Amino acid sequence: MTTASLEAKFQEKVDQEVKIEPRDWMPDAYRKTLVRQISQHAHSEIIGMLPEGNWITRAPSLRRKLGLLAKVQDEAGHGLYLYSACETLGVEREDLFEQLNEGTAKYSSIFNYPTLTWADIGSIGWLVDGAAIMNQVPLCRCSYGPYARAMVRVCKEESFHQRQGFEILLTLSKGTDEQKAMLQESVNRWWWPSLMMFGPNDAESPNSAKSMKWKIKRFTNDDLRQKFVDVCYEQAKLLNVTLPDPDLKWNEERGHFDFGPIDWSEFWDVVKGNGPCNSQRLAARNKAHAEGEWVREAAIAFAEKNKQRNIAKAS
Amino acid sequence: MKSNWPLWEVFIRSRQGLNHKHVGSLHAADADMAIENARDVYTRRMEGVSIWVVESKDITASNPDKQDELFDPAEDKVYRHPTFYDLPDEIKHM
Repeated sequence: MTTASLEAKFQEKVDQEVKIEPRDWMPDAYRKTLVRQISQHAHSEIIGMLPEGNWITRAPSLRRKLGLLAKVQDEAGHGLYLYSACETLGVEREDLFEQLNEGTAKYSSIFNYPTLTWADIGSIGWLVDGAAIMNQVPLCRCSYGPYARAMVRVCKEESFHQRQGFEILLTLSKGTDEQKAMLQESVNRWWWPSLMMFGPNDAESPNSAKSMKWKIKRFTNDDLRQKFVDVCYEQAKLLNVTLPDPDLKWNEERGHFDFGPIDWSEFWDVVKGNGPCNSQRLAARNKAHAEGEWVREAAIAFAEKNKQRNIAKAS
Repeated sequence: MKSNWPLWEVFIRSRQGLNHKHVGSLHAADADMAIENARDVYTRRMEGVSIWVVESKDITASNPDKQDELFDPAEDKVYRHPTFYDLPDEIKHM
């Protein structure tokens, strides 16, 4: 079969909502797009542990510490589901790690912002995980089977993350004046970067159309961002916080909230590596990887020794 | 030096009475470690009562390009299905 007819057959399957599985024929560009997207997603889960890990030892109560520990452990799990899905496309895990550690692969820019106060752990759960869920729920129906299946698992676990974050903020909102101020200050810092998590405006997002045609993406960046703003408005009221956007108001005609312009120069700056914590995150990741090297080698040596022993015993 | 741990496929029985089902893969140095890692990665919320792991390289899979040839022997055998057989209307359940 010619490539053109293979491509037509592939698109027909996608249009009919038949999932594509690892060994099925797929266009090179589809494979490449998926490898990039899934690995970036996996890297984000792994790097995402760092800003939160920062607060595990300083969580204000045992209940909060247990919740945060479980959440960070989930992020590691999500990274592993996603690396595993990515490997079905014919890439090696070790190569993906290398791209992350060398800084040639991207991860979500949101994790290059610092967690300065305990309220930030709440804001990450409410806003960052909230935005992530908005992005991830449609991915459960992604055309690539292993990615879709991984996302089903991720989404099931992610709702606990958002709820634990919201509960942290709700507690602060009923606390002392200082706690209320801490809450507001944190939301002020996290609101705009959370909106940036949906990616550039549709007009600036050249790959979106192709991803939609391939049913990797189901909604555009701007659609998802709007949905997020609409949901957060009501939730912010329950927390008694003001979202830091003077232009935020209900638009009767559109049936949505209008919101102010996003500072995309900040977004691109962070993407390019100049965010507040880019180098710190990569350094922490590289340190962990380097310090684990002897463990990985020892485990291989131990497995090899046991194998030889079992062979000797059997003969 | 790169110390690549081999890739394992993980199958989980979610409860007694159900069969093991493929859930994903992971890397581990040996089978024991693969089971322990599978517990941590795939059963953090009591999703399983039993785990199988098998090295990915030991799995033989059918070729999706030959799917039609492989499965077509069953295609024209409608007589393997109960609806192929005519029964009098009086018999409601059989």
